[in-house]
Amino acid sequence: METEKHIVDDKKNILIWVDLLILTFVTVEIAQFDFKTLTILIALGVATFKTILVGYFFMHLKFENRFFKTMVFLCLFVLIAVLAILFIDYSYR
Amino acid sequence: MESEKMATEITPKGYVNFFEESHGLKSWIFTHDHKRIALLYFYGVVGFFLMGVVLGLLMKFEMITPGETIMKPQTYNSLFTLHGVIMVFLFIIPAVPAIFGNFFLPILIGADDVAFPKLNLLSWYLYVIGGIMALSTLILGDGPPDTGWTFYAPYSVKTGTNVIMAVMAAFVLGFSSILTGLNFIVTMHRMRAPGMDWMKMPLFPWALYATSWVQVLATPIIGITLLMVVAERVLGVGFFDPSIGGDPVLYQHLFWIYSHPAVYIMILPAMGLISEMIPVFVKKSIFGYKAIVYSSLAIAFVGYFVWGHHMFTSGMSGQARVVFSILTFLVAIPSGVKVFNWVATMFKGSIDLQTPLLYCMAFIFLFMIGGFTGLVVGALSADVHVHDTYFVVAHFHYVMFGGTGFAFIGALHYWYPKMFGRMYNKKVANIGFGVLFTGFNILYFPMFILGIQGMPRRYYDYLPEYSTWHKVSTMGSWVVAIGLIIIIANLVKAYRKGEPATGNVWGGITLEWETKSPPPLLNFDKPPTVTHGPYDYSILNK
Ligand SMILES: [Cu+2]
Repeated sequence: METEKHIVDDKKNILIWVDLLILTFVTVEIAQFDFKTLTILIALGVATFKTILVGYFFMHLKFENRFFKTMVFLCLFVLIAVLAILFIDYSYR
Repeated sequence: MESEKMATEITPKGYVNFFEESHGLKSWIFTHDHKRIALLYFYGVVGFFLMGVVLGLLMKFEMITPGETIMKPQTYNSLFTLHGVIMVFLFIIPAVPAIFGNFFLPILIGADDVAFPKLNLLSWYLYVIGGIMALSTLILGDGPPDTGWTFYAPYSVKTGTNVIMAVMAAFVLGFSSILTGLNFIVTMHRMRAPGMDWMKMPLFPWALYATSWVQVLATPIIGITLLMVVAERVLGVGFFDPSIGGDPVLYQHLFWIYSHPAVYIMILPAMGLISEMIPVFVKKSIFGYKAIVYSSLAIAFVGYFVWGHHMFTSGMSGQARVVFSILTFLVAIPSGVKVFNWVATMFKGSIDLQTPLLYCMAFIFLFMIGGFTGLVVGALSADVHVHDTYFVVAHFHYVMFGGTGFAFIGALHYWYPKMFGRMYNKKVANIGFGVLFTGFNILYFPMFILGIQGMPRRYYDYLPEYSTWHKVSTMGSWVVAIGLIIIIANLVKAYRKGEPATGNVWGGITLEWETKSPPPLLNFDKPPTVTHGPYDYSILNK
């Protein structure tokens, strides 16, 4: 595995970086509107998407085998499930 | 050095065990050997355990009469906080994984060490630093914290005591726990001996595997939460204090999102120990190997989603309470599967009632009481009555001490000859067990009764109608102390004068019994190849 070299072209990396910047801008701008319960969903949704971009491209998850991908997404699933249950409390209080 | 002399005396010529490999303090505190790191943890953890015991005894002594007996209320508040912090973060979370996991995980899977030996040593240093930080609150700052081990906000944000240091101690200890978990996961994925596929792995490693994932994934949440408390105290950020816009229930959510899974960090490895010991003393394959494996994973997984059962009376929404109660009842199923399998393993086995098996049976008995009363507090209606009473205190001491504590002492008697190469006096060990078991029930069972009667936990004083059971409970604490003294004295004596132990003391067939006692530096003379399942006792008949 150590000898393997991943060819990643710079153009693609820069493109993803620009995407991340745009999404950050979206997060900031959207914060001034109140979508009621959707507010938190949108904020977390954008953040999750950014995380996936970073993990997948910058952290080379893209090149890993199925097992690693499964484990990472299982962890992500646990986190999302925990948050979902947490908001059962907040949205009905 | 005495240990040197001892080791050379008892080992036959022709091999060097890990005690003899190198000598001096430096060879220990800079070691990369998983067995030595395990022993470093052992001395640290047992030291903190004894401190926690002394604090507990003082608390119980205070409660022997209503009103002031030997201390002021503020001291009592600090005592139960420190007792909790020490017992949870410094004893019961690291006890089984860091000691027996470090020592036996590589041996049980036929490896020569863990995957990252230096990281392993770093975990121990973090543990020591965290421990010193926790104890430093006794002498530094404005006195030890008085919040209880849960550091509930907003009180933890407002109290004048040294909360920040205690919280940072828990933070550092969390890192130690994460690194150990990470190390174990990689070790099990990468370093199993040839022939040992996942379904041939013994059940203690399996339990550690499930535990490690909880350590890696849940511990960061408590880290962040504790930092939020510090941020609120130091910078006045309004996370939890309602007067500056925070939500105190949010603290409880965040705290228990970690601390409930942490309960499984405490109990799962102990369950693994029980699964490891029972087949050896009944000379019979474990009943339902796969069911035990999957129930470990299921407990770890479902355990993430039940934290709210600690907050039924904290003002959570009704819908959330129902969800948490249902999920909590679900965890009882895999736990029940394990208990059933242990009993079924013993059924019609050739039972050899050695000390470790006595502890296993005590574990099953006490864990059942602890588990069933857990369902009482997990039920919404019953919890309203017993929440924050002695009933809860009794419940978790039955699970944690009666469960994990007994499994820990049992495993110590099981693996002691392997670790130190000497055998203890079995008769004294059995007496120690009997005294401890009796004392345990005298100490904690009355707390169920007190709780049902309405005695609140963490109270310094009480009404006269509670005094009988408080007195009984305090006397039980003395019996527990005597039991622990007998056990420890017996093991210390064995360390200095015990009979040399053979390689396979109990007739076990897992890999640790194929090597010498104590094992050589690289665990095996030549790397083992696995040909049979971990509990396949039919090979003895061939
Ligand atoms: Cu819980």
